Amino acid sequence: MKTKLEKFKESYFWYSFKRDNVAIFSFVTLTVFLLLALTAPWIAPMNPYDAANIDIMNSEIPPVWMDGGESDFLLGTDNQGRDMLSTMLYGLRTSIIIGLGAVALQGVIGVVVGLLAGYLGGKTDAILMRLADIQFSFPYLMVAIFMSAIFQVVFGLGSFERLAVPLLTIIIGLSNWPMFARTIRASVMGEKNKEYVEAARVIGLPRWTIMFRHILPNALTSVMVISTIQVANAVMSEAALSFLGLGMPVTKPSLGSLIRAGQEFFFSGSWWITVFPGLWLVIFVLVINLLGDWLRDVLNPKLYKG
Amino acid sequence: MLAFIVRRIIQAVVVMMVISLVGFSIKDQIGDPVRDLVGERVTPAERAEIAEKMGLNDPFFTQYFRFVKNAVTKGDLGRSFLYNKPNLEVIIHHAPATIELVFGTALIIIFISLPLGVYCALRPRTLLSRFTMSFSTLGVSMPVYLTAILLIFLFAIHWQVLPSYGRGETIDLFGLGWWSTGMLTVDGIRHLILPCVSLSTLMLPLFIRLIRSEMMEVLETEYIKYAWAKGLSPARVWMVHAFKNTLLPVITVFGVQVGIMFAFTLLTELVFQWPGMGFMFLEAVHRADISLLIAYLVVVASLFVFVNTVVDILYGFINPTVRITGTK
Repeated sequence: MKTKLEKFKESYFWYSFKRDNVAIFSFVTLTVFLLLALTAPWIAPMNPYDAANIDIMNSEIPPVWMDGGESDFLLGTDNQGRDMLSTMLYGLRTSIIIGLGAVALQGVIGVVVGLLAGYLGGKTDAILMRLADIQFSFPYLMVAIFMSAIFQVVFGLGSFERLAVPLLTIIIGLSNWPMFARTIRASVMGEKNKEYVEAARVIGLPRWTIMFRHILPNALTSVMVISTIQVANAVMSEAALSFLGLGMPVTKPSLGSLIRAGQEFFFSGSWWITVFPGLWLVIFVLVINLLGDWLRDVLNPKLYKG
Repeated sequence: MLAFIVRRIIQAVVVMMVISLVGFSIKDQIGDPVRDLVGERVTPAERAEIAEKMGLNDPFFTQYFRFVKNAVTKGDLGRSFLYNKPNLEVIIHHAPATIELVFGTALIIIFISLPLGVYCALRPRTLLSRFTMSFSTLGVSMPVYLTAILLIFLFAIHWQVLPSYGRGETIDLFGLGWWSTGMLTVDGIRHLILPCVSLSTLMLPLFIRLIRSEMMEVLETEYIKYAWAKGLSPARVWMVHAFKNTLLPVITVFGVQVGIMFAFTLLTELVFQWPGMGFMFLEAVHRADISLLIAYLVVVASLFVFVNTVVDILYGFINPTVRITGTK
């Protein structure tokens, strides 16, 4: 018997990964980003959430290589005197938490809806897919914007800011589930008439077991492909909401709210407040997209066009 | 076919009922119509009297049906206290700015993505094609507002060649009073350039890739081989035979994307201080003008539902299989 590791080393997946420089580069960069986000509280020079560390006298210090830069603040400081590097690390952390959480929520809703619709068929399928179609006909960003606008007004700005992370996760999760539901349903439809499902049915296994233990694992490839791209989408949505002032507050900034905060100072010369978080966000989303493209080509070339 | 149309229209009505019900219950819970009407400086006694007169003490569904009735028969979606005008008037007043933004962006997308996409399909290995393809991956990952900020910095501040905010000089179209256009003055067009360019960077990569892959697919088909075998000129094969059949799926996607573009106008409008519907919406959120918020929700939702229904019905005419799916 071969171990799992040996099997993996012989797989087509590993073979094509080794031969693709872009995929390796993206994977390494993404891992670095994730590690940085995970360890942010320990490696960041200061804690930007703690008001005791912030001195307004330190505001708008340029990066260390420019005139007036200080070695304490490698990438300069923002308009409130927070160290840019630390703020970006914490911001990345927030963006990743919200992005992953939202995609997990989308995945759970999508898997349940897609499985039920695909396996049960009939009326359940018609109703659930109609629902998905209807939500799909509105752009997801629009849905997310409306939801957070309404939440913000309902909760009041103060409580919204306190609850921003869970609320944004829920908002972005709810705004984009139909994508998952449709994909899962399509693969379930393909699987459900295969012989192993017939066999499971013949030995009298309950429906839930067949759906979740037998069909679901075989339908997961397509989920993997779309979830990478969906993480990128979720991070972008969160950044867009925060930029509009409907997301993370400036006191607990995500990358989007940092760009928002830096925007007015950009034009008066303090370019680093906007450019660094912006670059950070673009690189992060870019590597996820590149990795997602590669994954799609390897696992399921027919899933998307273009 | 008739059954299909009827079913589609019933569905549209149901969706609108649900959306308006959600909107209305939010408004009912947290909105304050008395303040919307008379402002905050009235005594509690006067407030109670006005509330009674407006029927705010009626049961929820009585009020909801009044709301729907007024909306459908009189186009009355309540009043905005922020602008002190009827909501619909405020929205219509802001609509042309946003529509112009989307229109300008659509023009840019059409004129750039069509030639580039076709070129990338015909000559996939040239330097320009490779450059375009890798640039389009970058374009997808670039947030619109960041592009917008960088464009303002370069063109409005660094080189000072284009204006950075507002619509510039507008003229009143048809003497209607509310349809002001910036597309007929030089100044207005100069103001449109940066917002439209930044908004188009969002969709350009998608369309270039789509046109490229569709065109490549069409070029592999039998009838194109036959056209070559007949000895037709390359220009004729590419443009008349292949390109025409590339267009159909592209047009479909374009319809969907224009809708999505409306959502993204919020971002560009914020950066460029563009006095359109998105800017108005954000202002309504920050000032907690629930009435205007809900009116905007209802208007935008009905636009989407209307367009989707019409597109679906048209599709039913073109492609009969669509009529079958959804029947069960």
